[in-house]
Amino acid sequence: MNLSRPARLLFRLVLAAGLAVIYVPLLVVLLNSVNADRTFGWPPSGLTLRWWAAAWDSAGLRDALWTSVQAGLGATAVALVLGTMAAFAVQRYRFFGRDTVSLLIILPIALPGIVTGIALNNAFRAVLEPFGVGLGLFTVIVGHATFCVVTVYNNVLARLRRTGTRLEEASADLGADTFTTFRLVTFPMMRSALLAGGLLAFALSFDEIIVTTFTAGAGVRTLPIWIFENLFRPNQAPVVNVVAAALILASVVPIYLAQRLSGEVGTH
Amino acid sequence: MFSVMPQSETAVRLRGLRKEFGTVTAVDGVDLDVQDGEFFAMLGPSGSGKTTVLRMIAGFETPTAGSVELGGRDVTRLAPFERDVNTVFQDYALFPHMSVLDNVEYGLRVKKVRRAERRERALDALRSVRLEGMEGRRPGQLSGGQRQRVALARALVNRPRVLLLDEPLGALDLKLREEMQVELKALQREVGITFLFVTHDQEEALTMSDRVAVFGHGRIEQVGTPAEIYERPASAFVAGFVGTSNLVSGEAARAVLGRDGTFSIRPEKLRVVLDASDAGPAPDVGSDEHAAAGTVAEVVYAGPATRFVVDLDAGGRLIALQQNLQVSSMDVTGLRGARVRLVWQRRHEFAITS
Repeated sequence: MNLSRPARLLFRLVLAAGLAVIYVPLLVVLLNSVNADRTFGWPPSGLTLRWWAAAWDSAGLRDALWTSVQAGLGATAVALVLGTMAAFAVQRYRFFGRDTVSLLIILPIALPGIVTGIALNNAFRAVLEPFGVGLGLFTVIVGHATFCVVTVYNNVLARLRRTGTRLEEASADLGADTFTTFRLVTFPMMRSALLAGGLLAFALSFDEIIVTTFTAGAGVRTLPIWIFENLFRPNQAPVVNVVAAALILASVVPIYLAQRLSGEVGTH
Repeated sequence: MFSVMPQSETAVRLRGLRKEFGTVTAVDGVDLDVQDGEFFAMLGPSGSGKTTVLRMIAGFETPTAGSVELGGRDVTRLAPFERDVNTVFQDYALFPHMSVLDNVEYGLRVKKVRRAERRERALDALRSVRLEGMEGRRPGQLSGGQRQRVALARALVNRPRVLLLDEPLGALDLKLREEMQVELKALQREVGITFLFVTHDQEEALTMSDRVAVFGHGRIEQVGTPAEIYERPASAFVAGFVGTSNLVSGEAARAVLGRDGTFSIRPEKLRVVLDASDAGPAPDVGSDEHAAAGTVAEVVYAGPATRFVVDLDAGGRLIALQQNLQVSSMDVTGLRGARVRLVWQRRHEFAITS
């Protein structure tokens, strides 16, 4: 479609404004992480790596980061196993209540975190505590897994729908038993979908704060919770900025990879 | 010590094969014997059950009733990987994440054939389908015709007892399809494996196969050589599906042939004679011939031949195909509405059971 010159100009301005709203604040965070001025005066009075060094030395921060990584990896692992199995069941088999099961699996991602959080908090305390399992990293992983499963499930389901069963039939026809077919055909075809779903699951878990608040208990502090607690302490604010800046840089890579992998296989 | 060589002549034997999907009966009692080394076609319109029969032979579907034997061994309940057949799929189903060579080696690899031997055999198979030099490519980088050959090589490299082909040429364009018809036939003669192929294209079935089974409504309507199928269709369905159906029945049959029943005459067996007078049999009708008067309803000039659609005075309509030996389009187009006589030899009319 051909647009007139003024219309083209207008659309470009709108696009630029939209992107600016999203990305200028991120840029400010990046700049402030090297701003020599403790109160983030603008323009920066000078550049410094002091805050980066302070962040590196903060034990609380490092603990929180490690907790978040553990929670993220745990939730992702659970999501990969359950999400894949659920997707296979729903896509490959016909059974009573199939559509309902599909809906129930997807629902947690739409459910408000506060609802999931309260529900899980009640459930864990009612069911697990009598067995001596208190709130902690384990309950955080379970809580995160409820919505991380969805990303893996959706990715795998879409891939299964696109590839169908014909390649597995071809493999069986050529003499491969069910296990060999899974190893040589099904899994390789699934791999990039699993990676994309896993990356998204990890990203979801990593910045989750609401469900975490309700399921973490007293001793466990994930990175988002640590940031939230330290954001309004004046002497910690520069360090929080550094964390934010580091996370921006760290999230670009997996998102870029996930996006490339989602579209890779099957597009001849 | 003596050894018994179980030299079975029958590659595939189907007995009372049925398949129901819910309330739909896709295959409704099929008996069939395919001999060793035959090029056998299962011909039929879509929904006639031919592909379901193929899938039951391959093991992708379990029959509701009946049995499948391969080389005298009952395989009805065996999984696809336990059967000595290989399939060339309609959409080829090549593994997109593997190279051409890995695709062709796949069957040997899962059967634990040593690497050196399987490489050699795979390269051999690729040579036989004229794809040498392509082994490093991915299926996505090949043309439709090349993918087709890879699928063939991938199946043939396993030297199966029977090769199943599901509409193998369906996805190719006309020119390539005609080339591959000749090539497939030559390949089959060369490897000597039984080819059992499914097609809805009657020309393909007639030109390529030793024998044809015509499928309709989940049953086999007729089994025979291409000539038998074409020249002596056993039913109105076969007459209509294979070639142009030219049926004379009821009143017209009584008037023209002097017999009751339904009869089939192929269009190229009819001679069109221009006829000025309406009375009596024309003098050039021999004693072994029949003739019918009629009016040309339509003339279609088709290059090497012309098709005449003739409405018979006795009722009914016949199509006559005349080679354009001497005539040109100028001569035939003016013939619409002309009075003609169709003449044919009696041995070319065949009674058809309903």
